[in-house]
Formats: sequence, structure tokens, C-alpha cells
Amino acid sequence: MPHISLPADLPGIRGAMAFRPETAKPMNEIVEILLHGPHSLTAGERELIATYVSSRNCTEYCHNIHGAIAAAHLGGDEALVQQVKTDFMQAQISPKLKALLVIAGRVQKDGKLVTTADVEAARKEGATDLEIHDTVLIAAAFCMYNRYVDGLATALPADPGFYRERGKRVARDGYVAVSKEYLAAHAAAAAR
Amino acid sequence: MPHISLPEGMPGISAGFGFRPETAGPMRELANFLLHEPNSLSPGERELIASHVSARNHCHFCYSSHAAVASAHLGDATIVEKVEADLSTAPISSKLKALLTIAGKVQLDGKLVTSADVEAARKEGATDLEIHDTVLIAAAFSMYNRYVDGLGTWQPDNPEMYAQMGEQLAKNGYTRPTIETPDLQAK
Repeated sequence: MPHISLPADLPGIRGAMAFRPETAKPMNEIVEILLHGPHSLTAGERELIATYVSSRNCTEYCHNIHGAIAAAHLGGDEALVQQVKTDFMQAQISPKLKALLVIAGRVQKDGKLVTTADVEAARKEGATDLEIHDTVLIAAAFCMYNRYVDGLATALPADPGFYRERGKRVARDGYVAVSKEYLAAHAAAAAR
Repeated sequence: MPHISLPEGMPGISAGFGFRPETAGPMRELANFLLHEPNSLSPGERELIASHVSARNHCHFCYSSHAAVASAHLGDATIVEKVEADLSTAPISSKLKALLTIAGKVQLDGKLVTSADVEAARKEGATDLEIHDTVLIAAAFSMYNRYVDGLGTWQPDNPEMYAQMGEQLAKNGYTRPTIETPDLQAK
């Protein structure tokens, strides 16, 4: 049960977002730019970074939903997503993305653990400053989203189908559009 | 030296913000809402939550700047050190102590927050909104701290700079850049 009175109709981060729409707005904008907007890293690659960090933070809701969004971007390849969670070095992903996941894993623990050698290794595989910046910020931001979801003890749907369906929807329309829809629907239901 | 080519002469998070204005916008807005806008918790209390989390994450820039903002709001330059030295004896309300306990757990892992922690805060008068905002401030500083450290930003050891920033941020909030001071590089 959530620690505070969150809307029962919205599990995971959505309940918290509906509880506090004022903070939901910039939080959705941050994730939209980092994961969904146009970028030299594909949306699937960025979602894999978010999924990996959430998995290392053991935040079930976040690694399930972002894993599903990643799979939706990657042609439904759920096995690849699972491989990134368990051992990304063995996954069928580019050497550049592996180098970026190393950086993300350091940031997940503590930003100070990122070394010049880590950054050089990513550059050698073709990573740009912007890609390194965004990898650091995606990892940092998911340390926020994960703690937010866990710290409020938000509701966790058990059905994998739930994540799969939502994942497709968010992969297609993005975070801001989807959040506007469920926040408006929740506000309308609450007003009735 | 920073890990990537950040704008020169800008300390801490301002360099990350200068490098990537697109993400800076909502990141500033979130900080402003959580720490500066009207709330039943005073800005000084919320800054103590931010500085407490930053201290525990050993993020020098974030700790020094938010400690300075807290001091500016509370008119007490020693309060942050007292909170960090011993939360139980610090001269702050029992409610804020209970909220700082929750924030400290979120800093480590949100799953560590127990119903008993939340009940203890409620007993001291904390509302659902205050508990929510405490969790989110602690979570958000787990992001800001990692962002500042993960880019290897310049984090000067300059108490005057932080004191000056603290005064400005306490007055103006977080929505616009505070520091455009290449002259500080010389110090």
C-alpha cells in the first residue's frame, strides 16, 4: 500500500504524478527530452539506459515499464532487453552503447565513480559530448524517478500485459502527450 | 577537469545547464517548485532537506550551495552543520526531524522508507503533501547530485561564492541563471 493517499486508479509513477501535477509537468518534460525527443542515440538505446539503471536500483515498476518501452522501440525484442538487464556486455548492442551503459552504471551508484578512462572509452566508440552528457543525465534522472516510485511505495501491477500495452503507447506518443491524457482523465473523474 | 566540454567558468550544475539548456529548463522549474514556491514547509526547511541529501551524497557543490540557501532563509549560518553533526539534537522541529529521516532513507533507496517512518512524521503533524514533497526533494537531489558529480563539473572551494549564491537563490529562486561570473574563476 502506498505511504500516502495516492489515486487508486493509477499505479506506479502515474499515481504520484496525479497527486502532484505541479511537479509532474517538469518531470515529464525532462524524460520526454531525454528519452523520446529527436536524438543521435535512438529512442530504443536511451530506453535501454533507463531500463538498466532502474533494474540496478531494483525498482520493479520502472524497469518493467521502460523495458517494455525499449522493446516496443526495438521491434518487440524482449529478450534483448532482458539480456541488457542481466549482462549487457553479452547483449547484441553496439560497443558505443556498452561504453555508455558502463558510465550509466557508475552514475547509478555515485557520479564521482565516472572516470576519464570510462569517458575516453565511450569517445573511442564514437560517443559525442552530448551523448555522454545525456547518458549521465538519464542515469541521474532515473535515480530520481526510481526513488520517487519506491519512496512512496506506489502500486505495482503484476500483469506483464499491462507493461507491454503501455510500453507501446508511450513509445508511440511520448511521455508528455500520454501524461496530459491520464492527468486530465483523472482530474475529470475526481471532479465528478 | 570536466569529462566533456562544458562552458568555462561556470561552477557545478550551472555548467551542465549551460551545456544543455533544453533539460535545464524543466530541471530548474522542478527545483523552483520543490524548494522556492509557497508550501506549508518553509523554504528554509525544504533547503535543509536538499542540503541533507547532498551532504549524504558527498556532493560538494550541491551541499555548499543549498546549505548557503538554507542559512540565508533561516538567518542562521550554523544550523546546517548542526543538522549534519547530529540530527537528534539539532534545533529544528520534531516534524522536520521525522521528514529528514525519511529523506535520508530515500537518499539510499526509496524502498527503505517504512510505514513506521511515515507514521512518525504524521504524528508530528506532517501532511501527505509534505511527505510527498520530502520524498521527491530527496529523490530529485539524488539526480542533481549525480548530474553535478557525473560530469566532473568544476566545484570550487570558495565559501564567499556559495554565500553569495545562497543569498541570490533564497531571494530569486531557481528559474533563471544565478551565476554568470567568469571572474570567480580567478579566485
